[in-house]
Amino acid sequence: MAQVEETLKRIEASKGVIGTILVNAEGIPIRTTLDNSTTVQYAELLCQLSMLARTTVRDIDPQNDLTFLRIRSKKHEIMVALENNYLLIVIQNPCE
Amino acid sequence: MYSRSLLYVMLQDEEKTVEIGGGHIKGLIKPPDQLKLTEAELKEKITRVLNTQNPHAPDNIVRWTFKVKMVYLARFINAKSLTEATNLSCVFSPQTTPVEDGGEVEEAGEEDRPDSAASKTDKKEPKITNIFNSCDRATQTLHNPPREINCQTEPPPRSSFSASANQWEIYDAYVQELQKQEKNKEKQKAAPSEKDEKSQKKMMLMETQDIDLNKVSKAAKVLERMVNLNIFDEIAQDFAYYEDPADEFKFPKGTLLPLWKVKYDQAKKLSVTALCWNNKYPDLFGVGMGSYNFCKQGSGMLLFYTYKNCSFPEYIYPTSSGVLCLDIHEERTYLVAVGFYDGSVAVYNLKTEGKEPIYKSTAKTGKHTAPVWQVCWQNDDMDSNHNFYSVSSDGRVVSWTLVKNELVFTDIIRLPVIPAETEETEPAQTPLIACGTSMDFHKQIDYLFLVGTQEGKIYKCKTYSSKILETYDAHHMRVDTVKWNHFHPKVFISCSSDWTIKMWDYTINTPVLTFDLKEPIGDIAWSPYSSTVFAAVTTDGNVHVFDLNINKYEALCQQLVVDKKKAKLTHIAFNPIHPIIIVGDDRGNVNSFKLSPNLRKKPKVRTLTSFHRSISQ
Repeated sequence: MAQVEETLKRIEASKGVIGTILVNAEGIPIRTTLDNSTTVQYAELLCQLSMLARTTVRDIDPQNDLTFLRIRSKKHEIMVALENNYLLIVIQNPCE
Repeated sequence: MYSRSLLYVMLQDEEKTVEIGGGHIKGLIKPPDQLKLTEAELKEKITRVLNTQNPHAPDNIVRWTFKVKMVYLARFINAKSLTEATNLSCVFSPQTTPVEDGGEVEEAGEEDRPDSAASKTDKKEPKITNIFNSCDRATQTLHNPPREINCQTEPPPRSSFSASANQWEIYDAYVQELQKQEKNKEKQKAAPSEKDEKSQKKMMLMETQDIDLNKVSKAAKVLERMVNLNIFDEIAQDFAYYEDPADEFKFPKGTLLPLWKVKYDQAKKLSVTALCWNNKYPDLFGVGMGSYNFCKQGSGMLLFYTYKNCSFPEYIYPTSSGVLCLDIHEERTYLVAVGFYDGSVAVYNLKTEGKEPIYKSTAKTGKHTAPVWQVCWQNDDMDSNHNFYSVSSDGRVVSWTLVKNELVFTDIIRLPVIPAETEETEPAQTPLIACGTSMDFHKQIDYLFLVGTQEGKIYKCKTYSSKILETYDAHHMRVDTVKWNHFHPKVFISCSSDWTIKMWDYTINTPVLTFDLKEPIGDIAWSPYSSTVFAAVTTDGNVHVFDLNINKYEALCQQLVVDKKKAKLTHIAFNPIHPIIIVGDDRGNVNSFKLSPNLRKKPKVRTLTSFHRSISQ
């Protein structure tokens, strides 16, 4: 567990990373580096989007499952990892 | 009403006595306001016609119309009047005798009638009551006022439930069912024990305590790599796709494109002493950290990096003594053999948790008494135990076998004793044991290996006999590295601190080719894709890449990769699959470079026809 903690800390300290959010199975953010309102907004919206993406993937093939979701916008890149119904969200500014 | 008027008519015709009130009154009674008519007028027959005109209905109804804004005479008059409306239901009943009631006043006259009727007619017909002369008497019973009684119970607790039935939810349900069934089967088979329950309880407590970060461990790891990929995106793109276009013009020379640089903060003061790529996972490489400085010997480190995440090592093993060499097993790439400065060897298992080696040699189990310079894994022996060889400055080549929990050693060869030189004036001269400084096994022939020594000699030996097959007087100074060619079975190369690289054919005692690089050489390596390409690093920070197919005397690429004043290059290794080399320096940094196309030329595969042609010519 300490290793995961270290990994998360390293991600947070990486270059260009704006924030990280860890959301549990019920959609409640349990660990975040952003302010409260932003965190809640990101958590809610990305939960919905990842559920939608997940149903899409699984409807096509029920044996498949969604693992990662990457949304690249003009300003940032939002990376979502899904595991055990948990969501790990990282918002990064890919320095270009 | 009817009966009264009828009665009046009867009175006029028959002049009978009438019963009014209580007694019989004789004579006609004329109401005072009766119309007085003459006899003739009285006898006049007046026909009465029933028509639909309602005499009571008004015929002068006026209405207001808003259209014309005046009053008009409404002609359409409903002349019908509804007198009585009942819901009739006819029930058939057989003819019954008329019921004689103890009547009301109006019925008084009727009593005569039945008698007269009966006297007139002989037949005794049952008198049917008609609605004109008979009347019923009804009483209305008292209806109980209807009362409403309500009883309201508490509504059952309700909760809304919604679910979706997709294909994958159905699949999940089936999979869960299967798992449940399997668990049940296992429970039935296994005997339940109290210990299991206790441990399960403990497990439950542990799970609830921590914030369940372990559940996202894999995701976190991959996310870290993704973040790093974004940061070093350009490097990743270069690694995958960049081919130096200037190579066309610079032929035959090539260049090295710098890619990732890895370093670990805690290993800043150590120098890179060993580099090894992993065959199975070509992005993983191992770095041994230690120190070449004889005076300053401290702890060391064993690090494993992957170029997918160049900001932090994947595996970190701190060691008590400096690491001097490492080798990753070819098939079981989680087994790593390490040789230390203090003479011991260890085997690490990357799959196990924990920072300790799974095997370590101690003074009892035959560790070397001098630094171990090279370890090499070999094929499993007949009992399918893993084994590896090590060479050290104490002049021994030792084979270590991993037997269950132990490391069993066997001395293979003791390097020969060198007679002391006669220049020494000491009478009792201790014979010098040759110090082995490098070793390499033949790629095709398992038992054949080379050992380079401190004195500059190279010995060719076999593993199953302690006899030395051949000796080569290679260099004037210590032989740093010997390496067999990956493809050609006879060729090997050696480098030394005397600034030369020499290429040998093992059948010939003298070197085939010699390269003088004018700088002490740290390491050389053959390329895995061509039998004529090799690379060397020198302490002045240059990397030299040679391709003997193209130029036998000069390097194709001579590139300065680190600042001369800051760091010295110590080791080099080629990636087995990708055209990358990693170079370690004495500051603990490992730099990776991509070889430009000119340096990657593979030799042409000679087909049989061309071979015959070349022979016939």
